[in-house]
Amino acid sequence: MTKTLRGAFAALACSTLLASPALAELTGDLKIFLDTSNPAPRATMEKMIADFQEAHPDLNIETTVIDREAYKTQIRNFLTANAPDVANWYAANRMKPFVDAGLFEDVSDLWAEAEIADNLASTKGAMTIDGKQWGVPYTYYQWGVYYRKDIYDDLGLSEPTDWDSFKANCQAIVDSGKACFTIGTKYLWTAGGWFDYLNMRTNGFDFHMALAAGEVSWEDERVKQTFANWRELIDMGAFIDNHQTYSWQEALPFMVQGDAAGYLMGNFAVAPLREAGLTDDQLDFYQFPAINPDVELAEDAPTDTFHIPANATNKEAAREFLRFVVSADVQTEINNGKNLGQLPVNAASMVDDDKFLNEGFKMLSSNSPGGVAQFWDRDAPAEMAKVSMEGFQEFMVKPDNLDRILAKLERARQRIYK
Amino acid sequence: MQTLPKRGFWARNQRRLAPWLFLAPGIAFFLVYVILPVFQSFNLSLYEWDGLGAKEYLGLRNYEDLYWEFVDRDAFFISLKNNLIWLFLYLLAIPGGLFIALFLNQNVWGIRLYKSLFFFPFVISQVVVGLVFAWFYDPAFGLLNVALGWIGLGPINVLGDENLVTYGIIAAGLWPQTAYCMILYLTGLNAVDPEQIEAGRLDGAKGLRMLWHIILPQLRPATFIAFVVTIIGALRSFDLISIMTQGGPFGSSRVLAFYMFEVALSEYGFRMGYGAAIAVVLFLIMLCFIAYFLWSMWREEKGH
Repeated sequence: MTKTLRGAFAALACSTLLASPALAELTGDLKIFLDTSNPAPRATMEKMIADFQEAHPDLNIETTVIDREAYKTQIRNFLTANAPDVANWYAANRMKPFVDAGLFEDVSDLWAEAEIADNLASTKGAMTIDGKQWGVPYTYYQWGVYYRKDIYDDLGLSEPTDWDSFKANCQAIVDSGKACFTIGTKYLWTAGGWFDYLNMRTNGFDFHMALAAGEVSWEDERVKQTFANWRELIDMGAFIDNHQTYSWQEALPFMVQGDAAGYLMGNFAVAPLREAGLTDDQLDFYQFPAINPDVELAEDAPTDTFHIPANATNKEAAREFLRFVVSADVQTEINNGKNLGQLPVNAASMVDDDKFLNEGFKMLSSNSPGGVAQFWDRDAPAEMAKVSMEGFQEFMVKPDNLDRILAKLERARQRIYK
Repeated sequence: MQTLPKRGFWARNQRRLAPWLFLAPGIAFFLVYVILPVFQSFNLSLYEWDGLGAKEYLGLRNYEDLYWEFVDRDAFFISLKNNLIWLFLYLLAIPGGLFIALFLNQNVWGIRLYKSLFFFPFVISQVVVGLVFAWFYDPAFGLLNVALGWIGLGPINVLGDENLVTYGIIAAGLWPQTAYCMILYLTGLNAVDPEQIEAGRLDGAKGLRMLWHIILPQLRPATFIAFVVTIIGALRSFDLISIMTQGGPFGSSRVLAFYMFEVALSEYGFRMGYGAAIAVVLFLIMLCFIAYFLWSMWREEKGH
């Protein structure tokens, strides 16, 4: 209990910059590894760590920022060989290899503290493996359809409310000579987003999770139904051509130039779209509509996380840092529009007053009764995610190969989940 | 008679030991960083290991899986097939390099500048070569489609078409590799004996006959090296694929080296043992060539 109080008090102290020497009993080194290599997140993290430093002047904090893509492969080496005290990563199955290998510290004790237990309950499931929690979240963001409101207005379209109006809108856009959706599948995961939504809307959240867990055959009729729905869009010409050659960023100009009217993406796409010159009058957001009215709506909301490696040396300071990161004020600050521009994980935090954040927050908190998924490549095991997303890409280019693709995925499933 | 003082061990064996002492650091590093990992890879290919937890012994299961992937025409088959295409087409760099070298082997004003310009693609990083060609092939604004448009041919998406993509990447790889072969031949041409050319000319050799009977035999060492570096370059083609396509679309431009990286070390790859098995296959393919090279070098040396 004293620990909790101390933690809460320390967080309060640093956020209000009232660091008093009496609190600064943390000493030693605190090594933090981050993958926030993009300029804005990097500045946010550095500012946050500087605030923490101010509250604990005797602590020698050493921050290492690693390129976001390189980090994904380097984490295996540094967790085993040269572990920092704090490292960031992703929730759900994405952390499973490290949990299974005993490389992440069990932080269930933090989750037992009232401050965290009460305010972070919504993300607890995504941080839990084998009944224990292995880290804390620091930000999450919604997925959904970002679209060009001006193009919709020109064509007299409104936000779709069901699968039929979704397709009718799309047909109207295609008829006007544009593509309904831009997408770049070179790095595969963007196709995983489409699969997430189509499968969750066709078969529901629980089926989707069972498929990710390898409990359902890929040649099941229900899976085929998902692909049949997808195929309707492909045959209509809904997606831009040559998407297999583009990254998600390279697909943005199609939307900016008005060659495509929408983008199924995470909220991180808003910043580059605004920077490219789209105003909030031109850009809008809608929740992916229901396909099968019998299943509840469920959403993708990937969560980014902080962990303590099992081989860390200063775990006491690391725990204090985790408490600090998830505290309400810090959450409000780092997720606001000037910083990460995403959603805070602490229920006592304020969501920044931004059109898209407000809509996303409302959608996730009140209109996602089916559940909240992390994302295909975080919910499914890494290997299955890889082969399946490659299959999704092939399907989007060559829909006629579907049977062969599903047979291949089924073979992979039988090998991967033993 | 005064006997010489008995000489110490070092003094007696100095001449025999000294070379080994000088070689020792090199040998040690070669053993630890090259030879030992080869055997470690062999060993690892018999296990299932995610690189983090405990290893599980599988025997030859990984190779069996590779065999089935081959039979099913899955990723391994595609990688192997692409490796062979790379091997054959990459050899075009040798005649290409020879042609440019012959063309540039003259004394006109500014020839050094032309030589450097032709050599330029070899100096710049493979990553840059990959990016430049990716833009060149870009289906929306790439120069290739602009040029095809002039002669009335439709736009093609080279890097997005599973039948064209490997050829597109090889073309990008040939650009620096041809420059490399060119520089090898240019140095070789410097060493061509002018008296033999003179003699050939007196016997009435010209043009192609001169090239084939007088010049090329003297360029044999350069050809040999060009062959070695091109074969090895083709087998380890990795960076261009990683930059230009990531093995895509849907895995159709993979080669063994990239596939190995993908299953063992990439973002979603956790199959160290399987990656090691692919590495062993790649090693065996390379071994055929390396054995041939060593054999022909040995024969050459014995001949002298």
